[in-house]
Amino acid sequence: MKILVIIKKTPDTEAKIKISSDGSSLELAQTKSIINPYDEYAIEEALQIKAKQSDCEVVIVSFGDESVKELLIKGLAMGGDRGLLIDSKGLENADSLAIAKVLSAAVKAEAPDIVFAGRHAIDDDNMHVATMVAELLEWPHVNVISKLEVDGQTATVERAIEGGQVEVYEVGLPAVFGADKALNQPRYASLPGIMKAKKKPLDIKTAEDFGVGSASSKVSVTSFAYPPEKPAGKVFKGEDVGTMVEKVVKLLREEAKVI
Amino acid sequence: MKILVFAEQRNGKLKSSAKEALTAAAKLSGGNASDVAALLIGSNVESLASELAGYGADTVYVADKPELENYHCLNYTAVLAEAVKAFSADALVGGASPMGKDLFPRLAARLDAGIVTDVTELTADGNNLSAQKPMYAGKVISKISVKGDGLKIASIRPNVFAAEQTGQGSAAVSKLDVALTESRIKTKEIRKGVSEKADLTEAAVIISGGRSLGSAEKFSVLNDCADVIGATVGASRAAVDAGYAPHHMQVGQTGKTVSPNLYIACGISGAIQHMAGMRTSKIIVAINTDPEAPIFNIADYGIVADLFEAVPIMTEKFKELL
Repeated sequence: MKILVIIKKTPDTEAKIKISSDGSSLELAQTKSIINPYDEYAIEEALQIKAKQSDCEVVIVSFGDESVKELLIKGLAMGGDRGLLIDSKGLENADSLAIAKVLSAAVKAEAPDIVFAGRHAIDDDNMHVATMVAELLEWPHVNVISKLEVDGQTATVERAIEGGQVEVYEVGLPAVFGADKALNQPRYASLPGIMKAKKKPLDIKTAEDFGVGSASSKVSVTSFAYPPEKPAGKVFKGEDVGTMVEKVVKLLREEAKVI
Repeated sequence: MKILVFAEQRNGKLKSSAKEALTAAAKLSGGNASDVAALLIGSNVESLASELAGYGADTVYVADKPELENYHCLNYTAVLAEAVKAFSADALVGGASPMGKDLFPRLAARLDAGIVTDVTELTADGNNLSAQKPMYAGKVISKISVKGDGLKIASIRPNVFAAEQTGQGSAAVSKLDVALTESRIKTKEIRKGVSEKADLTEAAVIISGGRSLGSAEKFSVLNDCADVIGATVGASRAAVDAGYAPHHMQVGQTGKTVSPNLYIACGISGAIQHMAGMRTSKIIVAINTDPEAPIFNIADYGIVADLFEAVPIMTEKFKELL
């Protein structure tokens, strides 16, 4: 079996995001980067399947610049077998569909049984690329999965939707799955794992290597802004709790009119 | 601009975001009613068409068959693609619900469409779409432009756009018979949720707890209050990581991004990743023992007190009012 995991570099969840003074771009050079948190669940799930199979290769793939290499190595240190970086040079402003076209061409060339990705990336908050890759390959997909069992070429997966409801699907492979947090508990890379990762193969290719020339984008970000500051609220302290609560409930009713 | 609205329903009930999307579409069309159509997909859902008319749908396309009762990514994409063609739609608008966020990217890839997700503002600029959407879970708001030929897709964040009734009485119903093909993915079962309450992403009122709740059992103090005001209960990442609440209750950058009318944060200090996920709430109430907690900086109303003392009193006060 072959499993491909698509990962993305994102800023750390605790990081403040800085906007350039003219609002045209984000200044992320000094921002701490991590593997998109949901992608770690995707890597972990691939590794857990690998552990149960006699012959299984886990390939970790990312579309990005040179700096993504260290995140791919982190994935290899967790236990991935091979890394593949698709250099985004010249495609920095590609929209999600253009990126999905590049990635789907890479998936086609690799021909895995399963593609894992995180449910969405916490930077653009789009939830686009993995689903688009599935469609471009005419494969089924299930995103936001909380449980997965593989039996031969069939997977049974659970997807949590609103109100705590769960959709249970039976999916013939190959297919694309997007990992939610409830899926597993990602491992930390061990010291031997980190040492070994440096010797594992990590290829750098371009979109052209997969036969994708120029990618035309229809969607572009024209500017960024911080969310509007809220005026200072009314904070009560040092009084009797009952009195403070009563005041707030009254304000909710009469001033905010939300109760 | 001809706009098709995906009018999502689950279990025969229209989502509020479907009505919100219709109102947003009516505005995009500049009030040109014949340019707005809605699409219903499901089994025995045709009766919902008149409800859609009341929100400005001039034509309602209905794909109604037993195989469409449950959401299926391939079947629903096939129907949507067919409806886009039937109406010659320039744009598709729907709610950024779990279904919408699953379906629209698939459709975008099938029809080579430009797509923008979870928008909080949407305007037409000639044949292009301009939108605003939160990124980084709301740390940044971006302006997005969708240009070029072909379909443009926008999903709107639930609870942000108003749903306005137009008083229109009826819509022309146009039945779509879409041939569904066999596929490798089948729904085995849909398990009912533990609660019938609205999902966090769609809830009008949310009451959330942090690590200071101390245990899963103690969330009952929030549940009691939630029952009185019809709120959905949420949790901070710290509370989820400590095992006090399941992940589907998590609000924040690695949980759900929410925009309710009222958000009551109990024992939540306000980590940046939490505040990013709830700062677009219309009214925020914070209850925390630490007067320096960052959550008070974005709260409309704050109470410096122990939540175990304050919340039960609040529940009683709400009971008196409601």
